[in-house]
Amino acid sequence: MTPFLDLLDIDLAYPPRRVVEDLSLRMSCAGIGCLLGPSGCGKTTLLRAIAGFEPVRRGSIRLEGVELSRPDWSLPPERRRIGMMFQDLALFPHLTVTDNIAFGLRNWTAEERRARVRDLLRLIGLEDLAKRYPHQISGGQQQRVALARALAPRPRLLLLDEPFSSLDVTLREGLAREVRAILLQEGTGGLLVSHDQFEAFAFADEIGVLDEGRLLQWDSAYNLYHRPVDRFVANFIGQGVLLVGRVGEGGSVDTELGRIHGEPPAGCAPGALVEVLVRPDDVVHDDASPLRAEIVERVFRGAEFLYTLKLSSGARLLCLTPSHHNHAPGQCIGIRLDIDHLVVFRRGDDDGRGHKVPV
Amino acid sequence: MLPVFSVVAVALQPAGEVWRHLAATVLTDYVINTLLLMLGVGAGALLIGVPAAWLTSIHDFPGRRIFEWALLLPMAMPAYIIAYTYTGLLDFAGPVQTLLRETFDWTRHDYWFPQVRSLPGAIVMLALVLYPYVYLLARTAFLDQSATVTEVSRSLGAGPWRRFFTVGLPLARPSLIAGVSLVQMEALADYGTVQYFGVNTFTTGIFRVWFGMGDSTAAAQLATLLLMFVFVLLVLERVSRRQARFHHAGGRHYRPPRLVLRGYAGGLAVAACLIPLLFGFLLPAGVLATWAARTAPRVVDERFLQLVTNSLLLALGAALLALLLALLLGYGQRLRPHPLVRLAVRGAGMGYAVPGTVIAIGVMLPFAAIDRTVDGWAREWLGISTGLLLSGTLIAVIFAYCARFLAVALHSVDAGLTRIRPSMDDAARSLGVTPRAVLWRVHIPILRGSLLTALLLVFVDVLKELPATLILRPFNFNTLAVRAYELAADERLADSASFALAIVLAGVGPVILLSRAIGRARPGYDPVP
Repeated sequence: MTPFLDLLDIDLAYPPRRVVEDLSLRMSCAGIGCLLGPSGCGKTTLLRAIAGFEPVRRGSIRLEGVELSRPDWSLPPERRRIGMMFQDLALFPHLTVTDNIAFGLRNWTAEERRARVRDLLRLIGLEDLAKRYPHQISGGQQQRVALARALAPRPRLLLLDEPFSSLDVTLREGLAREVRAILLQEGTGGLLVSHDQFEAFAFADEIGVLDEGRLLQWDSAYNLYHRPVDRFVANFIGQGVLLVGRVGEGGSVDTELGRIHGEPPAGCAPGALVEVLVRPDDVVHDDASPLRAEIVERVFRGAEFLYTLKLSSGARLLCLTPSHHNHAPGQCIGIRLDIDHLVVFRRGDDDGRGHKVPV
Repeated sequence: MLPVFSVVAVALQPAGEVWRHLAATVLTDYVINTLLLMLGVGAGALLIGVPAAWLTSIHDFPGRRIFEWALLLPMAMPAYIIAYTYTGLLDFAGPVQTLLRETFDWTRHDYWFPQVRSLPGAIVMLALVLYPYVYLLARTAFLDQSATVTEVSRSLGAGPWRRFFTVGLPLARPSLIAGVSLVQMEALADYGTVQYFGVNTFTTGIFRVWFGMGDSTAAAQLATLLLMFVFVLLVLERVSRRQARFHHAGGRHYRPPRLVLRGYAGGLAVAACLIPLLFGFLLPAGVLATWAARTAPRVVDERFLQLVTNSLLLALGAALLALLLALLLGYGQRLRPHPLVRLAVRGAGMGYAVPGTVIAIGVMLPFAAIDRTVDGWAREWLGISTGLLLSGTLIAVIFAYCARFLAVALHSVDAGLTRIRPSMDDAARSLGVTPRAVLWRVHIPILRGSLLTALLLVFVDVLKELPATLILRPFNFNTLAVRAYELAADERLADSASFALAIVLAGVGPVILLSRAIGRARPGYDPVP
């Protein structure tokens, strides 16, 4: 089966700076994906290349098997049938909500156009504001109009360039989920660019983590959190610490907190020093445990406490407990590890880009 | 920029006989009068503009909403025209002095009455019509001042007067300096008023040397001196504008409730706003209307209509050309931000600061040189005389207008273009629209308002323009402004009223447009109902 979206070995550059290097990405079906990364990692440039606004220096971009971009050739954006939602929304200030949505329906018959606009207005729940101008409606309403405008010509793929970043956090996740539902209903593939992992989790089935122009991992949110392929991903997604350990016999690692079973990285002989990723939810508060740690800091989060603990070696650890486990800083509590799969990085191995993971 | 360069280049020639004569006799007068005029008009504009802006921006009193925009109306009144009306009103034979004499049974030597046609008179006239520049910028500055700053000073126990002097005024200082610089540039450029009042300044001097003595080098030298004054003001204005941006405190804007002025204070506030409006616009416009009503049957004839057509066509032509140039420059800057384009835009922007007299001389000198060369060449090789191809034709006039008013058009076009973010082009294309269609469906509709504004502003500026037209117009070609000036110079004030009134009426349109624009673009104004 031809993949839905296929990026093969592409390079993108704003000469003389290379922005994206040797990047390959495949979305097998018209699902919903997200490119996640810190600012300046090249994710927006990548999105603009898929839309056809940036040329590729190397490699190719295909959508449903049809080539869109290769070096020295690019299908113009207006012929790609790829919609885009912009960070600043870019609504046309001189057109009403209705005319904005109908902007891309030039070649439709008047009747089809009216019907499509009406359906979309109902979908986004703004039928009452059809005659308003963009500056007369609220920020969240403008987002919905921008979405409807991009969806109107039935694009095969919708690209979203951080369109929710101007909203406050609570509204943001809600709208991300709402847009997701609309995309699924329309049967349109979606690709979001974001620097906010919670927005990505709320929106996408598959998430790619980018750093400095390279795609580090393309995977489900669960796997990014529990099976990060390198330190950058481990650090960027979720919280956690790296605990020093020594590779033991028969697929296990010995740490200050006891022996953890699992596969150490290939080529690590028994006795080699490694670091184990420990998430806050891997550390369980257990008064019966002989392992003790001192509470350094306590943050109340409603349903739970996030404790920062100090082990006898001085290493720090994060621990998540239900919120009725209330202990004052300075107290010692019993803990045990509950890790069902081991994530281990070689000691002293940085991730090749100079990112030192704080321990 | 060509006019400025040519003026300075010519001025660098060795000083001639006329120049030495000037330096020995009237030059000191020119410098002193020009300086006094600048300082006086600047102070007057501040005195009128700042209180009005402070009152209308953060207080409320009867008529405040009307004053907000009506205070701009004097901008529609060219200084030379207000000078004619007050002369007609206040000179010895005018109605005011006549009434005084009849009431108190005085004769000529029984009383003292201020002489309108004097340097102080010119200062008052110019301040009355130029204060809106200060008012506009001060108003924006006061409105921009974060409400929290005001509230902090109130919570620290500062009363309204202390707030004005310790917070409002210092924060607005860069804007005020910028406003005063603009006013002073206009005062320097004025020719009609000072000439009519017989005050010797640089502009009248340039005219006298140019027409009376026929010495273009000395005229250019005077013009260069004048340019130095302008340059200082220009630098002052630019620097303080930049500071005004930094001074802008930012933060969230919300409008604190206006301080309501009632009774005694309210009456004072109304007076402070009504007086400039009354004397800067209502009274002179009324006088003009009365005169025009009396003389129109005699004056309005075919020649009058011919003049109107001349003026309108000339203004329209110049406005269209300026608009086209502004669009080219604006788009050039947007599509290819090349340093040369930026330099051209900067240079074009300076034109507005250069007095019309200087522009006219700067256009005349090189054009005449070109004409002489072409003519000489044609005589030598073809045996015919081409005469004047450029100078003394409408080409020179329109070129001068464009050089002076391109900045106005450029400003509007630029403001329109910045509203079209690049992402809008991208959005249109991702919706299946080709680049050329983007221009028609997105850019032009969004720009339409700005283009019209630019056209209208240049149109009216050209209509009012006097000195450059006087110098450059072709023989026997007349405009409304020139005719009004000629009639007034012949002491036929009442006859000139119809011409003057036509100019003023044309100028009211853009002023209303401008006031509507500032009414809409209020910081912190929440567009969501």
